[in-house]
Amino acid sequence: MHRQSSETVRSTIVPFSPPASKHTSMSSLAQPPMSSSSSLRFPQNRKTIYDRHLNRSKTSELSKASFAFLFGEMVGYAQKRVAGIQDLEKKLNAHGYMVGQRLLELYSWREGRSAKRETRILGALQFLTTTVWTSLFNKAADALEKSREKEDEYMIADNEPVVNTYISIPKEMGTLNCAAFQAGVIEAVLDGCSFPCNVTAHSVVSEQFPQKTIFLIKFDQKVLDREAQLGAST
Amino acid sequence: MSSFYFVILGTKDNPLYEAEFGTFKQGGDGVSRFREEQRHMNQFIAHASLDIVEEIQWNNQSMYLKVVDKFYGVLVSCFLTAGNIKFLLLHEVKSEDAIRNFFTDVYDLYTKTLMNPFYSVNQTITSPIFDQRVKQVAKKYL
Repeated sequence: MHRQSSETVRSTIVPFSPPASKHTSMSSLAQPPMSSSSSLRFPQNRKTIYDRHLNRSKTSELSKASFAFLFGEMVGYAQKRVAGIQDLEKKLNAHGYMVGQRLLELYSWREGRSAKRETRILGALQFLTTTVWTSLFNKAADALEKSREKEDEYMIADNEPVVNTYISIPKEMGTLNCAAFQAGVIEAVLDGCSFPCNVTAHSVVSEQFPQKTIFLIKFDQKVLDREAQLGAST
Repeated sequence: MSSFYFVILGTKDNPLYEAEFGTFKQGGDGVSRFREEQRHMNQFIAHASLDIVEEIQWNNQSMYLKVVDKFYGVLVSCFLTAGNIKFLLLHEVKSEDAIRNFFTDVYDLYTKTLMNPFYSVNQTITSPIFDQRVKQVAKKYL
């Protein structure tokens, strides 16, 4: 009984389908580019992400206030969903990571024909402290240092991190540094260049620069191995 | 009439996008003329060339690595983005500049795809508009 009813349903569909398919093929002839994407939704001005340009002129800079507001909201949002300071920093790091993955390709693209891939640790770090820093914050990083004790650790210092400009840390969360977001950006850029590493942000308070932050970069052992091998071959 | 096979691979050598097209030069119609048994060979050749790409990528800082591999008259050209995404193009005729231009324009399209907040690295590219744009670029240069 049930089987029969399903058959009757199918038979009612079959005569209907040919005219329907004819109709779609006709409309696809009329609008060839949109034929396969009839279910896609377009913005009102019909401009997709592929119609926009990747270059930004100097005049279209972002206002610092709106960025600070957005960033503050982001920290607040993350804070509601975590148990402790470490978790919060991890979450901010993850947010930054997604930004960094995109920035790497975007800034490389903007360098145009002179763009190159970084194959050495120092080159990758310099790309970070100059290109990435200046594009993001309009200044170069304040220092780039190699750790004396440990072979795999590098440090980037920023005296006044832009992300922390309007952030004040409550006393009970003393060790928190919201520049963990920026650390995530760094991690993603280095990771993208295939220098897997772990980046953390640490506050180093001084009289002159109360917001001073050190980004501690710890590379994977295989990065160092590769570096040693490359150094030997060239 | 020469045909092309183009594939984008992610950081874990996972395929993100794949396309086949023929030449538009010399009155070509842009339809690929690969025989059915050649189709899976294309994927195989592209995959086999990855070892060579990995070998030369550390001694060479440029993104466009030119022809990296040959296999019975099939040439493999490679373009590596800063984020280690590989563009591979299988072709029969050597034309460095045209392929460089093709890759540069696809890089532009890829970067735009990446700017989409709902797209993440290593996700397959399913956008029909991306597909359409890649074919337009192919028509322009290849």
